[in-house]
Amino acid sequence: MALVTNITSFGRSGLADFVLQRVSAVVLGLYALCICGFFATTPHVDHAALVGFLDSLTMKAFTTLAVVALGMHAWIGMWTVGTDYVRRHYFGRGHTVYLAVYQLICLGAIFVYVLWPLSVVWRLGGVVP
Amino acid sequence: MELDLPEGRDLMVLDVLELLKARDPSIAYRRSCREGVCGSDGINMNGRNGLACITPVSEAAPRGKLTLRPLPGLPVVRDLVVDMSQFYRQYEKITPWLVNDKPPPAQERLQSQEDREKLNGLYECILCACCSTACPSFWWNPDKFVGPAGLLQAYRFLADSRDTATAERLAALEDPFSVFRCRGIMNCVSVCPKNLNPTRAIGKIRTMLLSQGI
Repeated sequence: MALVTNITSFGRSGLADFVLQRVSAVVLGLYALCICGFFATTPHVDHAALVGFLDSLTMKAFTTLAVVALGMHAWIGMWTVGTDYVRRHYFGRGHTVYLAVYQLICLGAIFVYVLWPLSVVWRLGGVVP
Repeated sequence: MELDLPEGRDLMVLDVLELLKARDPSIAYRRSCREGVCGSDGINMNGRNGLACITPVSEAAPRGKLTLRPLPGLPVVRDLVVDMSQFYRQYEKITPWLVNDKPPPAQERLQSQEDREKLNGLYECILCACCSTACPSFWWNPDKFVGPAGLLQAYRFLADSRDTATAERLAALEDPFSVFRCRGIMNCVSVCPKNLNPTRAIGKIRTMLLSQGI
């Protein structure tokens, strides 16, 4: 049995969070390289070129994967920061309320940061015919 | 407090404390063996944790000014004396004894020389708490993060060929705090008075957890 239990960590296990954080970092690194490659090899980068690049099914799937990886990576990181700093020593007996509020704010922000790019990417074909 | 040290000799910080106590008997600190074995006199000297008995004044205070503080992160009982209960609770959590479910042999459980060598760099820990109290992760979560000293000992028993509770030990450490709160900043390595490497032991525990979990 684990020495410490916690219900709000992403994978409910330190090992799962550790692996997911690293795998998502690799996905984000590859995606960043891909985007940099596009900018380096495209002579005139404008809206149409960007849409043309991101509108393929492969890039849509890769972007979706990267955005989901960003969400996972951000939640694991922000959860770690919160459980380090929002604690009883600084916030007194009500520290769990502050921690819950902090986690809800993070969750809301991550929700927006994941849904917004996904809605943009999957509607790309409709923006530029 | 100003103190004139005898010329031509490099005193240890513990000697300075003894001189100070002779002047002011109310000063409180722990000490015992005065040769770096018992681990009683772990304190913070000019911002760096260490054992007062084996730290020369010339090393701790090269400019002649020495600021002594209790080990950071633990409740202070008085002056340089800290309450180590939290530190010992974490040590207790890792089951710091051999667990073997096989019937005991007539004389003793034997170990090959190769298996015994795996314990070098682990068993020497004297539990002075210099490493754990230099670790920000331990300051932030002293009740959840086992800390470098406890984790070095956790690996000491995981690495022991005579121990048969490897799966249970690893399962106990799998949560997000006990091991994985280590950020690998290696403060523990830089302050250990016995030159041990808790960060390496923590890395090995993570590798064992990964091997078991994947």
